[in-house]
Amino acid sequence: MKFRLYRYNPESGKQPYMQDVELDIDPAGRMLLDALLAIKARDETLSLRRSCREGVCGSDAMNVNGRNRLACITPLGELSEPIEIRPLPGLPVIRDLIVDMEPFYRQYRSIKPWLINDDPVPETERPQSPEDRALLDGAYECILCACCTTACPSFWWNPDKFVGPAGLLQAYRFIADSRDEAMAARLDNLEDPYRLYRCRGIMNCVDACPKGLNPTEAIGRIKALLVKRRV
Amino acid sequence: MAGRRFVEPGVKTRRFDALIVGGGGAGLRAALQLARSDYKVAVVSKVFPTRSHTVSAQGGITAALANVDDDRWEWHMYDTVKGGDWLGDQDAIEFMCREAVTAVYELEHMGLPFSRLDNGKIYQRPFGGQSKNFGGDQATRTCAAADRTGHALLHTLYQQNIACRTQFFDEYFALDLLRDAEGYCLGIAAMSIGTGEPLLIEARTTLLATGGAGRVFWNSSNAMINTGDGLGMVLRAGLPLQDMEFWQFHPTGIAGVGCLITEGVRGEGGYLLNGNGERFMERYAPHAKDLASRDVVARAIAIEIAEGRGCGPASPQRGGGYVHLKLDHLGEKTIAEKLPGIRDLAIRFAGVDPVEKPIPVAPTAHYMMGGIPTNLYGQVVAPARFGPEEPVPGLYAVGECACVSVHGANRLGGNSLLDLIVFGRAAGRHMQEYLRDNPYPRPLPGDAAEASLARLRRWDRAGGERVAAISDDLRHLMQGHAGVFRTDAVLREGLENLNELEGRLARAGLQDTSRIFNTARIEALELENLMGVARATLVSAIGRTESRGAHTREDFPVRDDERWLKHTLYSRAGDHVDTKPVRLKPLTVESIRPQEREY
Repeated sequence: MKFRLYRYNPESGKQPYMQDVELDIDPAGRMLLDALLAIKARDETLSLRRSCREGVCGSDAMNVNGRNRLACITPLGELSEPIEIRPLPGLPVIRDLIVDMEPFYRQYRSIKPWLINDDPVPETERPQSPEDRALLDGAYECILCACCTTACPSFWWNPDKFVGPAGLLQAYRFIADSRDEAMAARLDNLEDPYRLYRCRGIMNCVDACPKGLNPTEAIGRIKALLVKRRV
Repeated sequence: MAGRRFVEPGVKTRRFDALIVGGGGAGLRAALQLARSDYKVAVVSKVFPTRSHTVSAQGGITAALANVDDDRWEWHMYDTVKGGDWLGDQDAIEFMCREAVTAVYELEHMGLPFSRLDNGKIYQRPFGGQSKNFGGDQATRTCAAADRTGHALLHTLYQQNIACRTQFFDEYFALDLLRDAEGYCLGIAAMSIGTGEPLLIEARTTLLATGGAGRVFWNSSNAMINTGDGLGMVLRAGLPLQDMEFWQFHPTGIAGVGCLITEGVRGEGGYLLNGNGERFMERYAPHAKDLASRDVVARAIAIEIAEGRGCGPASPQRGGGYVHLKLDHLGEKTIAEKLPGIRDLAIRFAGVDPVEKPIPVAPTAHYMMGGIPTNLYGQVVAPARFGPEEPVPGLYAVGECACVSVHGANRLGGNSLLDLIVFGRAAGRHMQEYLRDNPYPRPLPGDAAEASLARLRRWDRAGGERVAAISDDLRHLMQGHAGVFRTDAVLREGLENLNELEGRLARAGLQDTSRIFNTARIEALELENLMGVARATLVSAIGRTESRGAHTREDFPVRDDERWLKHTLYSRAGDHVDTKPVRLKPLTVESIRPQEREY
């Protein structure tokens, strides 16, 4: 199979370039990560992050034939050749397929992603009905891979000001949690022309999410809550 | 050696009160305990914390909440002792099962999105090896967030640590322990993966929470980062490892791939079928059937396949046979609500939708019961002047890298996440006591980091052998020589082959000696750690001439309590295997005497 890989070694003094690679591999039942690891076994200078190899840790997000995906759950057979692989767009490249994720993590931290509840702690669990718990489905499953946020032009333009789809989805996860008591403060934190309203609803994030989550819908719900509290 | 000397010009040093090595569930739980105190705590992790392997845990965390059915922590304790084939220390098991209830409520209070029952309480499901009334009917004890409990738990703990402003060193690789002449642990030598620069992190107390080493096997459910780094550090420091012959093979990995299919599938009512369409577990475990403990089910599957009753043609893709895990009868609604992640994995990796067809499964290396020996507080213990067990001052270990031992010879499903939380919290508490009792940092000897810096430099040297090839061969070696069924001859052959591999590793070099994000260098350092784990496993397995829990010796097919109701302690010096007694005395309740183990 034919691959075109983005290569960049900051110590080489050379500009980034696209490397053509051929690999003898049977795509049946194999994932893109298998191919990249086979290439790396031949040429160990190729650098990428990987861990769980089953789509739950979020390490190996990359741009594959123009789309942000997790290499470990992208079937090789689905991809048209040459398979062009680049680092996630919109974040500084450290080396090869490895990007500096800090701007993404900073936005995640900015939404205070932890449950806030100042009531005295009960001796057992805080009750939550299955219906209330169901509101968290589609939000808590985020693996912080950054496929969505780095597919969003608003984030490319304003990575320091726009929270981005992943961060906003997590903001919604806590706003929607019946156990959380900080909804007003969370909405205040987002009511800003950049932090929330840079989302133009183009739904790149929905298309990119490897877990099938829908950040645009969550963002819409946050906007609706803001409208509701103003009237 | 009095006073502080310059360690090595140019090597940076950071100082904290407490240091946690590893950003998985155990490390983050301990870090949280410390971060909520006034002590300065740092977490070193070779990956961003939510990439840790805890994230892959599916089925749940076990605690006798009695939300669904009658339950008591004493029954949980009995099941854990029996599940571990009586090798677990009963004081530690009592502690874990008692503390389980509050530890799980605490997670809920932190925001963990548990699935819920109609009455609003935490959802619980039946899991393997669980019983009511000390071996009676099936219990329902495992608390779950759908089939993503590990993910929910790890993210919740990370979020809490952000709230407490824990200091994280993400993408730093831990090299070695720093110790002084009296054996005090004074921190670690590490390396920034991003820059390739070494960094010394000094701390009055250090906790190893580096996870398992399942990547030592070819067919493994483990993440690629599970390379036993903490175990390598401990071996290089001259400290022993305990019970390293005990590896759990999970019965239901996706055939040929190894990805895990949770026991929760069988807990929700799924079952196994062989090539003849027979529910074969009825023959092996007439009472518990598919919910017998994992060693029992994994052995049964291996026998079915070996005796020609597997499903499908023996092909390299499927690893020469598998059995079927049927769950379509649960219905699409239950599968969507309770097992959504499983359905996803099966469609992606096995090409079957479990709503319609059974999933092809086979045993896969999953969990290391052995590890760094510790006491109830997570203090690392080692034979010393005054007896077989003395704490190594300043050094702690919890989670899969540790052996406290609560899992004995075979871990029960749902007890792993529990182990992380209970002992992470206990270690965090005890480390605060240690910091109170040891208020002043001890001087770091000038040569404390020399060996690990030399180890780093060693990989700047060229060499003919390739790391990736040796790594592959090691994993095949362990798969072939230390798998579900073992004999003396096969284990010894494995050890000979390992000697040869170690020779090759000494001649190996890197093509890539760059500094910035050189993952080849990391893989070389990881391979050194895996080599130590493999040696400890083979030598300990040769030593234990009985079959107990997950350690099945075909040449010694029965459990031998007279000779082997004890832990093994492997030391690297001379490949020595020592033993120490199993603690059969719990803290407050009566001892559970060894019995015949039937399910």
